[in-house]
Amino acid sequence: MSDKPAISYGRYLTIWLALLVLTAVTITAVGIQFGRWSVFAAIAIAAVKGTLVLFYFMHLRYEGALIRITLSLAVLTLAVIMVLTFADVSFR
Amino acid sequence: MSTAAITEHRDPFGAKFGMWLFLFTEMILFGGIFLLYAVYRSTFAADFHFAAGTLNRLIGGLNTLILLTSSLTMVLSIATLERGRRRASGWFLLATIVLGLAFLVIKGFEWTAKIHHGIFPGSEEVLDHTAGENIFYGLYYAMTGLHALHVIVGLAILAIMWVGLVRAPRRRRRLPIPPGGGATLSSPGGQTLWSQPPGDDAEAIEIALVYADDAADREARAVKLENAGLYWHLVDVIWIFLFPLLYLVS
Repeated sequence: MSDKPAISYGRYLTIWLALLVLTAVTITAVGIQFGRWSVFAAIAIAAVKGTLVLFYFMHLRYEGALIRITLSLAVLTLAVIMVLTFADVSFR
Repeated sequence: MSTAAITEHRDPFGAKFGMWLFLFTEMILFGGIFLLYAVYRSTFAADFHFAAGTLNRLIGGLNTLILLTSSLTMVLSIATLERGRRRASGWFLLATIVLGLAFLVIKGFEWTAKIHHGIFPGSEEVLDHTAGENIFYGLYYAMTGLHALHVIVGLAILAIMWVGLVRAPRRRRRLPIPPGGGATLSSPGGQTLWSQPPGDDAEAIEIALVYADDAADREARAVKLENAGLYWHLVDVIWIFLFPLLYLVS
């Protein structure tokens, strides 16, 4: 709380604008046919947007190691579950 | 000469870390459904492409705009409270609640239109479609439904926060002051937050204690609001992933 540097209102507005621009990019990118890559492009943009929300709106950028490490563990767990499931499904 | 001592049992970091731990379980919960989506998508790619094209992209985009803006007003509510601007904080929180309600209303219209066209799990219309489309619509209802449930819970939490925010600080307690005695208010770490030496005016001590209590109350409220914000932002993050996967990849 008080040990955290106060983030300016302007910074929050900038992040919000960036999120809107990225949303516009995703929607227009759909018109262009990237084939199978369009899915990966959509997920990549969503990942960038999610990271912006996590780091600035959820103040992750200003958190200590404990929250960052545990979050990494949760994401890693999810990634392991996904990779193992696809390893099973793809080679049936 | 006796001294009345109170210890404030507060742990802002513990409260925040507890919230994050809960959010991890939410990530795994939604992650499971995303996994289900990913596997079926790779199995029925063409059907998913076709079915996603039938969803209203405009409505989905509008709801994305609304939810992203609600995240902004949420974070501004916390930022203004941190700067002691309680009234502004209340208005930003109210804006967040209104935007959340707008999201639900639009989602409701979207579902109603789909159901009106006979597209809902187990309907005769959907059973006529291919298996892949059937699964897509099932996932569409499951994912947006579970997400909407989280929006409803989030709105309930925000409403409680709002009531706590606009209400005047509660005068929680008054300590019995021993005649001619002093009082100390200390943090769990043993740090003295406020103290009044013995021998001073007992009435002054009581007033000072009430102020110290109000300050503690304010801080507790800020911690709660920040945790409510964390939940609301996570619901936003989930929608950020849901939107392209359901509405755009057609």
